[in-house]
Amino acid sequence: MLVRMDEAADPAKTPADGTATGTAKLPAGRSAAFGWLFAAMMAFGLVAPFVAYPVFVMKVLCFALFAAAFNLLIGYVGLLSFGHAMFFGGAAYACGYAIKTLGLTPELGILAGMAFAGLLGAAVGWLAIRRQGIYFAMVTLALAQMFFFVCLQTPITGGEDGIQAIPRRPLFGLIPTTDDLTLYYIVLALFGAAFLALYRIVHSPFGQVLKAIRENEPRAISLGYRVERYKLLAFVLSAAFAGMAGAMKTVVFQLASLTDVAWQMSGEVVLMTLVGGMGTIFGPVVGAGIIVAMQNYLSGIGEWVLVAQGLVFVLAVLLFRRGIVGEIAALIDRRTRAKAERDNG
Amino acid sequence: MFELIGVAPSVLFGQMLLGLINGAFYAILSLGLAVIFGLLNVINFTHGAQYMMGAFAAWMLLNLAGVPYWAALVAVPVLVGLTGIAFERLLLSRIYHLDHLYSLLLTFGLALILEGVFRSQFGSGGQPYPNPLPGGQNLGFMFLPNYRAWVVVFSLAVCLATWFMIERTKLGSYLRAATERPDLVQAFGVNVPRMVTLTYGFGVGLAALAGVLAAPIYQVSPLMGSNLIIVVFAVVVIGGMGSILGAIVTGFGLGLVEGLTKVFYPEASNTVIFVIMAIVLLIKPAGLFGTPK
Repeated sequence: MLVRMDEAADPAKTPADGTATGTAKLPAGRSAAFGWLFAAMMAFGLVAPFVAYPVFVMKVLCFALFAAAFNLLIGYVGLLSFGHAMFFGGAAYACGYAIKTLGLTPELGILAGMAFAGLLGAAVGWLAIRRQGIYFAMVTLALAQMFFFVCLQTPITGGEDGIQAIPRRPLFGLIPTTDDLTLYYIVLALFGAAFLALYRIVHSPFGQVLKAIRENEPRAISLGYRVERYKLLAFVLSAAFAGMAGAMKTVVFQLASLTDVAWQMSGEVVLMTLVGGMGTIFGPVVGAGIIVAMQNYLSGIGEWVLVAQGLVFVLAVLLFRRGIVGEIAALIDRRTRAKAERDNG
Repeated sequence: MFELIGVAPSVLFGQMLLGLINGAFYAILSLGLAVIFGLLNVINFTHGAQYMMGAFAAWMLLNLAGVPYWAALVAVPVLVGLTGIAFERLLLSRIYHLDHLYSLLLTFGLALILEGVFRSQFGSGGQPYPNPLPGGQNLGFMFLPNYRAWVVVFSLAVCLATWFMIERTKLGSYLRAATERPDLVQAFGVNVPRMVTLTYGFGVGLAALAGVLAAPIYQVSPLMGSNLIIVVFAVVVIGGMGSILGAIVTGFGLGLVEGLTKVFYPEASNTVIFVIMAIVLLIKPAGLFGTPK
C-alpha cells in the first residue's frame, strides 16, 4: 500500500478505538487548519521575492503546481504516472508557440497550454487507464517518450534548440510583465488559484469517489461507479494543471525546450511529491521547494547533484515514505490521539 | 546492381543488420527485466545503469588490468551481478511488503546515483573500446562485420539458453512455481528468498553482459543506459511484462522493424517502437505474449 497520509492523519475515519468522540469534529477543524496554512503559505509567498531571487521563487511555484497536479493522481487515485513531463513540456511548447508565433497575450498562452495538455491527457489517459499499477507507470512513461521524439522532430518545436526568446507580452494586453517582480505576483496569484482549485477537487464528492477507487477499486465498481470515467477525468485534470505549470514556466523563462518533455523531468516531479508527501495537499509544494533549491544551490557540485537526488530518492523510499509533510502530520496526529485518550480518561 | 523495392540491397540489408544488433540488445535487456519482474514483481529501473556499468567494467578491466574482451565477457556479468545481489540484499528486500511502486522508485533512485557517479568521473563523452573481432565477410549482397555477426549469434544463444533454463528445466519450474505461490514453494523446502536474490543477480548479470557486448560497437558512455532503457521498457510493454518468450521475440522483432523504418521513413525510426506500443495496447492491453490480469 502506498502511504495515504490524508486518511492516516484523519482519526475520525480509522476504526473506532474509543477516540472517535473526541475527534468527531475534526473535518471542520481540518478545513480551518487548511485555511490558516494556505494563508501562511501565500503570506510567505508575498514576501519571498524580497528574500530570494524572484525568478528562483517563480521556478519553485511552477514546480510546486506541477507536483501538486501530479499528486492529484498518485496521492488521491493511486496512479503513478511516469510520463507527466509530456503534459508539462507539451503545454510549455503550446504556450510558447501561442505567444511567440500567434502573438497571444500570456493569459491566453497559458490557457492554450492547459487546453493542449488536457487534450493530450485525454488521449494518453484513454490508453493508459486500461492498465494498473506498474503497468500504468510503464505505459505512461513509454507514451511520454513517444511524445519526446515527436517534439524532437517536428519543426514547430525548434528541435534541439526549443522555442527561445518568447516575448513577455502584457497581461490582458494591459499590465506589463517585463518586470520580474510584477510577473512574480501574477504567477503567485495563478498558483494560489490553481492550488485552491486542486484542494476543492480533492475535497469534492468527485474527490471522495477517487479516494474510494484508490482504496478498493472492485468495491467502487460494485457500488455502481463508472470507475474508468472517474480515473480518466482525474487524469485529464492532472494533465491540465501540470500543463498550466509548464505554460507558466514558459512565460517566466521565455523558453520551452526538450528538457521540459524529457523523462528525467517526469522523475523529478515524482521525487518532489515523494519527498514532500504523497496524498498531502501541501507536501508537493514543500517537496518542490526543497528539490528546486537543491538543484539551484548545489549546481556548483556538477554531476553530483544527480547523485544527491538519487540519494534523496532512496532515503525517502526506505526511511520516510510519508514525505516531510506526511511525517509531520502523522506526528501531530499521534499527539492529538494521545491527548484525546488522556482526556477521555 | 538490382534494387529491392527502390532501395539498394546493401543499404537494406545493412540496416536490417543494424536493426538486428539493436534488437539483440533490446532482447537481452528486456529478458533481464522479464526475469526480475517475473519473480520479484519489481520493475528494475536500474537496469539501464547496470548495462552501462557492464560496459564500463569491461573498459576498466581492459585499460587498468589488461583483461581482454573474452575474459571480460565472463567476469563482468559475475562482478556486476554481485553488486546487484548486494543491492537486493541490503535495500530492495526491505520493501517487498510495500506497494510495488516503491521498488520502482527505489531502483530509479539507484539509477540516478549510478549515472551521477559515472558522469562525474568520466564526463558525458564516450570512451572507445577496441574491436576484438576486426574484419568481416563479403556476402556478395552486403558486407558483414565479424563482430556484429558474433553479437547477433551470441545474444540469440544467450536468450535461448535462458528460455530453456526457465521453461524446460527443474530449476526453472521452481522459479515459475515461486512466481505463482512463493509461500507454497517455501513449504516444499525451497529457499525462496535466496532464489529471489539469485534471480535478481542473474537479471543484473544479463544487463551487464549486454553492456560488454555493446562496448566495442557503441562508445562506452555514462549516458548509454538511460538512452536505451526507455525503449527497452516499451519493448517490455509490447511483449507482455514478465513473458520470457515475449521479451526475446519482440526484442529482435522490434529491432528489425526499427532498422527497416530507417530505410523507408527515417524520420519515424525513433518513434516507431512507441507507435507500435500504442497500437498493441489498443488491441491487446496485456501485450503480445502477456496474460491478461
